Amino acid sequence: MILGKVVGTVVTTISHRDFKNRRLLVVQPLGLEGDAPDDDFIALDNTQAGIGDTVLVNREGGGARMVLCNPDACVISVIVGIVDSVFIE
Amino acid sequence: MLLGRVKGTAVCTFKAPGMDGLKLLLVQPLNKRLEPTGPLQVAADVVDAGPGDLCLMVRSREASLALPEMKFVPVDLALVGIVDELEVRPDRSFDFTLRRGWNPYT
Amino acid sequence: MLIAKVIGTTVSTIKDAKLTGCKLLVVRQTDERGQPIGKPYVAVDTVDAGSGDLVLTCAGSSARQTAYTKDTPVDAVIMSIIDSLEVGGEVVFRKS
Repeated sequence: MILGKVVGTVVTTISHRDFKNRRLLVVQPLGLEGDAPDDDFIALDNTQAGIGDTVLVNREGGGARMVLCNPDACVISVIVGIVDSVFIE
Repeated sequence: MLLGRVKGTAVCTFKAPGMDGLKLLLVQPLNKRLEPTGPLQVAADVVDAGPGDLCLMVRSREASLALPEMKFVPVDLALVGIVDELEVRPDRSFDFTLRRGWNPYT
Repeated sequence: MLIAKVIGTTVSTIKDAKLTGCKLLVVRQTDERGQPIGKPYVAVDTVDAGSGDLVLTCAGSSARQTAYTKDTPVDAVIMSIIDSLEVGGEVVFRKS
């Protein structure tokens, strides 16, 4: 899983049935001080996250299929938690 | 999952079994600012997208799962949604750095 | 499997029900001498690792092969704490 910040939303009317009734959010991964930022990506929301929230994102299809309870879901990135705080040594 | 814009079509006569009838589109992968990231790629279309459409795409194994019937085809990029609206806040609105010590977010 | 160092912890209240009770640690891949390389990521701890420990993490669907993470939406797991590493006959890391 990675830590990311929700920076935007995507609205699709015509989409694959696996994406219906869930929100698609634009996520920017968080990095340590001095690191170059990672590329942003789109994730399916499973936790009612919104813009500005720091989230935990699962980026593996098998885990996403488990969350969505659909063994054939064509989803890779799914938001599995909203982060309250992070401690870095 | 990522964004892409349809730039054209690819026509292939000889294809692997299971790929018959698949619509192949040339797409430009984009980031959240709709800036191109990397070269054009070919994606399998499952939502009837047309040239110029902004689309949602999935990569890897999940691309073949998006296809309607065959689940084991050599496809690793699929168009799974047509984007109607994209809202992205400016980068300066947020802090993307993990600092030493506690980083409270709520 | 990747050698990684535990660099922090994550606190999350609202999360997938299957993640309840999981200890979520922030880890960063290191080389064999414990020098950090790569980006930080979050892994579920199954072995009571602590901050500063050098650990082995497993990514992808293999992360769900432990009894603790079976059937959970997890893509990285800490499944062992490294005591020592030997490369070419030389011990390059020993847990203090």
